[in-house]
Amino acid sequence: MTSTAPRKKLTTSAMIASFADPGQRTTSAPFGHALNRLAEERPEVVGLSADLAKYTDMHVFRDAHPDRFFQMGMAEQTLLGAAAGMAEVGLVPFASTYSVFATRRAYDFLCLDIAEPGLNVNVVGALPGLTTGYGPSHQATEDLAILRGCPNLTIVDPCDSVDIEQAVPALAAAPGPTYLRLLRGAVPTVLDEYDYRFELGKAAELRTGRDVVLISTGLMTMRALQAAERLAADHVDVAVLHVPTIKPLDTEAILRAARTDRLLVTLENHSVVGGLAESVASTLAFAGVGNRVLPIALPDEFLAAGALPTLHDRYGLSTDAIVARVRTGLTDAAPTPRGPWAADPAPATA
Amino acid sequence: MTSLTAAQVPAGTDRRSERVERIRQAAYRIRRNALDMGEVQGQGYIGQALGVADVLAVVYTDQLRYRPDDPDWPDRDRFLLSIGHYAIAAYAAMAEAGIIPIEELETYGSDGSRLPMSAMASYTPGMEISGGSLGHGLGVATGMALGLRHLGNPARVFNLLSDGELDEGSTWEAAMSCAHHGLDNVTAIVDVNALQADGPTVGVLRTEPLTEKWRAFGWHAVRVDGNDVAALVAAFDEVREHRGSPSVVICDTRIGSGVPLLESREKAHFMRVDENEWQIARDQLEEGLAR
Repeated sequence: MTSTAPRKKLTTSAMIASFADPGQRTTSAPFGHALNRLAEERPEVVGLSADLAKYTDMHVFRDAHPDRFFQMGMAEQTLLGAAAGMAEVGLVPFASTYSVFATRRAYDFLCLDIAEPGLNVNVVGALPGLTTGYGPSHQATEDLAILRGCPNLTIVDPCDSVDIEQAVPALAAAPGPTYLRLLRGAVPTVLDEYDYRFELGKAAELRTGRDVVLISTGLMTMRALQAAERLAADHVDVAVLHVPTIKPLDTEAILRAARTDRLLVTLENHSVVGGLAESVASTLAFAGVGNRVLPIALPDEFLAAGALPTLHDRYGLSTDAIVARVRTGLTDAAPTPRGPWAADPAPATA
Repeated sequence: MTSLTAAQVPAGTDRRSERVERIRQAAYRIRRNALDMGEVQGQGYIGQALGVADVLAVVYTDQLRYRPDDPDWPDRDRFLLSIGHYAIAAYAAMAEAGIIPIEELETYGSDGSRLPMSAMASYTPGMEISGGSLGHGLGVATGMALGLRHLGNPARVFNLLSDGELDEGSTWEAAMSCAHHGLDNVTAIVDVNALQADGPTVGVLRTEPLTEKWRAFGWHAVRVDGNDVAALVAAFDEVREHRGSPSVVICDTRIGSGVPLLESREKAHFMRVDENEWQIARDQLEEGLAR
């Protein structure tokens, strides 16, 4: 006789659930603390939020620098317009809200008030991609697709707390407008184990491998590294190229990585439309490189509500799902097209 | 050279009548500039330019602090034109103010000109923002005013809006924000010509009662005849002294004001003027000044 007792299901939990694995090392509110450190050095740095300081780690800055924090209310159009006005008079604003509001709701203001004049406004969007189980109202699954078409804008999708801490001063130092896909709260700390420094506009090869190259951005780099470890145990040699800057894209590094006959996989916490996968694919196509690109990304759908682990599994972002997808990719019938570089005596990532 | 401001002028009755007469002359020249530019294009937002000329004459020749030869002077008052299509009026006023050369006005709207049809900061010295997408100016003004206050800079921020622009929700977000932050360094100017792209404002989206609305949003609101220079001067002098909340001067203007031929024409957002009518318009304008 089988039990009819319902199995306990995972729950959605807080609005911003942590995507850190159990027991994983994390750093608390890396953005807020990095902004505080920057503010000590640069008196022109100010912070704004649209009734979401507490949920974007901006409260850390607000509490340390109350005279330099401006509460704009739940008014994202004014948040971004006012940030532009502050930059016009010489301040360096960091304006935080959720990615869905910064991009969908206030895009005209980001585009015309901030990007067109090329102002040093740093827009900080929390809940990028699938980092909340609250459903489409909160899941910014297409923010990169919206913003990549915006001229002048620098776009950064950090992997972890190390990336965020190093990106914040770099974004302020960049003269033009930027958009940061914020990871908040208890943010995994991963990249300190690698010989890595965040450099705006540059991709970084975190590990080399002969069989597969994972080109990843954002939190998916953390998953890519985990997947690479797992595949190594099965004698599959996997390289990971971390691409924290989505725009301007480090096309040289991507082309270098592609000029081999390894299986090429892209990984992103974003819709398969208009994000890293298509950026890489167009980079290859524009350069006349004919590799197949295997995209690991969110589907072109409005996603479900639920618990993050459940959703990451369902939509293919979990480490298990990545490992399975790479294995399938390796055994696919489709042969990897070979270019003239196949005869190169020294592969780029020997 | 720093332009004189009303605050530096004693408020005697004689001085005020002198001021008013000086501003009327400036408004005449702004209108004439606008007609000259309209003739280059053969059409355009000439109706609005004539309507708002008195407001711009007061602002540019009597209220704003700026250095015509140094448009980036950090202590300048900021004038934000959120209604980009009023560029023709703004250029006409900026030429009167010495910010752009009179001779350059004939390039208005031509390829390669610094004076595009819709105003943009990247094209024209002294143009603070790129307007055109309506509902942006007051939000940017909010940030500038917050920033200037934060930096201890006493400069003021003016934003010229149209009544049609009040349809935009972002305008009211920013209005709340200015009031919430007590930005008495902000002066909004609303050009109420009661006309927008699809017809009279009252039929497109009703915005009245305007004074009550702005007051309910926490603003110090004054409503005047926007084609009465003396009334405008009194209103701007009064709001200059106001403290504790932002101010708005709501200006009822007449499309085509100063040129009877165009005042009486069927109201149109984008007015067409025949080739032979430009000289008639200039003649009527001159007759009006003599009266």
